[in-house]
Amino acid sequence: MTLKANLKYNICWLILMVAGFYLMNTLILAGVIDSFLENMVVTIGINIMLAVGLNLIIGFAGQFSLGHAGFMAVGAYATAIIISKTPTAGALYLSIIVGVIIAIIAALIVGIPTLRLRGDYLAIATMGAAEIIRIIINNMKITNGPSGMFNIPQFATWPVVYIMVCVTTIIIVNFIHSRGGRAALAVREDEIAAESMGINIFKWKLAAFVLGAATAAVAGSMQASYLQTIAPNNFNIMESIAILIIVVLGGVGSITGSFVAAIILGVVDTALQNFGALRMVIYAVVLILIMIFKPSGIMGSTELSFKRLFNRKNKKVGAKS
Amino acid sequence: MTTLFQQLINGLSLGSIYALLALGYTMVYGIIKLINFAHGDIYMLGAFWGYYTINFWHFNFIFALLSAMVVCAAAGVIIEYFAYRPLRHAPRITALITAIGVSYFLENGMSYLYGADTRNFPQVIKQVNYNLWGVRVSNIQILILGTACLLMILLQLIIKKTKMGRAMRAVSVDPDAAELVGININRTISFTFALGSSMAGAAGVLIGLYYNSIDPLMGMTPGIKAFVAAVVGGIGSIPGASLGGFLIGILETAVQSVGLSAYKDAAVYLVLIIILLVLPAGIFGKNVKEKV
Amino acid sequence: MTTLLNVENLVKNFGGLTAVSDVNMHLNDDELVALIGPNGAGKTTLFNLLTGVIVPSTGSITFRGTDGVIPLNGMKTYKIANLGMGRTFQNIRLFKELSVLDNVLIAMTAHYKENFIQSIFRSPKFYKTEAQIREEAIELLKIFDLQDDLDKQAKNLPYGIQRRLEIVRSLATKPKILFLDEPAAGMNPEETADLTRLIRQVQRDFHITVLLIEHDMSLVMNLASRIYVLDHGSLLAEGTPTEIQQNDAVIKAYLGEEE
Repeated sequence: MTLKANLKYNICWLILMVAGFYLMNTLILAGVIDSFLENMVVTIGINIMLAVGLNLIIGFAGQFSLGHAGFMAVGAYATAIIISKTPTAGALYLSIIVGVIIAIIAALIVGIPTLRLRGDYLAIATMGAAEIIRIIINNMKITNGPSGMFNIPQFATWPVVYIMVCVTTIIIVNFIHSRGGRAALAVREDEIAAESMGINIFKWKLAAFVLGAATAAVAGSMQASYLQTIAPNNFNIMESIAILIIVVLGGVGSITGSFVAAIILGVVDTALQNFGALRMVIYAVVLILIMIFKPSGIMGSTELSFKRLFNRKNKKVGAKS
Repeated sequence: MTTLFQQLINGLSLGSIYALLALGYTMVYGIIKLINFAHGDIYMLGAFWGYYTINFWHFNFIFALLSAMVVCAAAGVIIEYFAYRPLRHAPRITALITAIGVSYFLENGMSYLYGADTRNFPQVIKQVNYNLWGVRVSNIQILILGTACLLMILLQLIIKKTKMGRAMRAVSVDPDAAELVGININRTISFTFALGSSMAGAAGVLIGLYYNSIDPLMGMTPGIKAFVAAVVGGIGSIPGASLGGFLIGILETAVQSVGLSAYKDAAVYLVLIIILLVLPAGIFGKNVKEKV
Repeated sequence: MTTLLNVENLVKNFGGLTAVSDVNMHLNDDELVALIGPNGAGKTTLFNLLTGVIVPSTGSITFRGTDGVIPLNGMKTYKIANLGMGRTFQNIRLFKELSVLDNVLIAMTAHYKENFIQSIFRSPKFYKTEAQIREEAIELLKIFDLQDDLDKQAKNLPYGIQRRLEIVRSLATKPKILFLDEPAAGMNPEETADLTRLIRQVQRDFHITVLLIEHDMSLVMNLASRIYVLDHGSLLAEGTPTEIQQNDAVIKAYLGEEE
């Protein structure tokens, strides 16, 4: 795979991203997407960032983390605090970087001891760690304690969120398809075999965990600045579980699946807005039914790939001629 | 010294509730390796059953407790049959999400049908406080502790002495081998859910009596705490779950009594993480190494 | 001829059970050695000790690397692997869900250090190295006639092919010593003959030392220049195939059972 050979596919992706942006822009200018729908689209975008990052940890590195909301909280509060003090667009970007750095440090502190654990034990330990982060935020002065922060300046408009979704996804997908990503896959498949092939399994588990946490922090930053209000309870266990649901519903190990599931859930959630209390009941039933009838999720572990699309087309053309 | 004993009594009462719940988690996990997220909501069902039967059917305490156990056992069996059984051979994470779905369903179903507001649990037994050497103990605390211990002993007897208990142990060690020797796997798993859920039902009625208030989301936090207790004790281990429950209960009241109540949950999770790092399979858990 | 790996007084206890007791052995440059013994003799345990999957109770294992003699006791498995020790497993442990090509590429990870930034932002160098290791991997797969199965999932390969892929994978780590744990298990005589030829070819072409555990005596006698016999955790005999075939203790403990 040389640079040139991949150029075609990379251009396809670029076109797709730009087209999505223009579609969104046009729909907003034409008034098809009002502020209510824009809110839905941005929420979907934030959920995509969260789910893709968690999918990297669970689906690709095979480490069952239930603490994603904790890292999201770190990013959200970093942004909320910084841009409330200095309300400029530049401060937003600075705050994203600060949030990411703190999230990376937190992920190292959490990951270095706990990533030795396996399966459900790791899940429960990371869940506990995320709760500890939330409780600390809940008891700090600078975060305004349990009541949370309001009137955060809105610098993260939909184009900013859109670009962040693209950037974080590209980073994660590129990582997955690099030597490091393959090492992480090997860890998921068989730790003992991976080690015997000279792979430092702990290093790659940690790398995936930290990268996932960093993107969660970006998502948190976006949420804080777009919604303009955050509270510690937005980042509790239920939030981590909500992200996990997107990952599993889309397909563990499929980035495309995380996109699809985040979009479907976002749309369904908005559509059920008027059902009041019944909304969550319907949601629960649908969730159970999908799991029973499609246990591997909507996409399984398949991905949308331009390379495969082209190859299929070439084969068809070849067969015809 | 008296405060210490006072906190110990309070911790044991709370801990016995966690222990009863943790038993359900540990049994289900032991047999089908599922974190049954809906278990906390079964406990909520138990509390609501107690609330309605005492208020409207004028059940006495014992009858409310026993009927709640029966109803919750049935609920557990039904949930297993419809939601978990079809997924027995699916990836474990799928079954986990289904359990979360069931949990949402029960919480929101109750909110939808009966409203989300908090209710006062009827005081079917009048609270009497005894003063033992300066330590204040209420009859309800004694009742909770006594009932919980009695149920735990009963459970231990069922698992150790009965044929069904033997089948449960066999299935949890090796389901395929158990099937080969003629054990009915489905019936054994149903029985496990029935046992675990009945314990949760009892815990629900007891907590209603202790804290006086119930609501549809009451199962969420204790459910997670009880699962933590089961993990701390060594998931799959019955004595481990009881011990873990009491430990978490005592820890929580201890942290609260030194004025750090805002950090009581953080302390629980910190202890959980530390215990797992020292004993990766919990206190009574067996650490199985993979064979190469 | 110099000693590459040296094992002295190696002991491994599991609780009260002694799985490996006081084993002394050595492997020289560029030789093909076999380790035989009845089931439960401790052969795989010995492999696991040598590759660092389990830690010895007492005794020493030393490896003569490029920087002199290095003690391996207590060293992490991946570090031992990176010194130049490749292995296969008795119960095939491929990366089952991954493609044949990925299985081999993964084994090359340690030899091509990559810059995190370069791989995330896809510098030309990233693509160049990717193309290079891909080519190298395909070259290796060709030796074992697997070049047409690049995109197949490892779990979908027939059993015998999976064993071959495991050997290719361990070769991709560029080992100085290759540990093969029952490479011919479950193969028919024809496949075994084919494998025998391949092992000899690989050993010669790559100038590596091979230590193999095998129950198939025809393969062992054909390939090995030296044989170690393990029984009840301790070494029973060491020698050339002819010597081993005539060793009374071995015949009694091992070969005798078969005839």
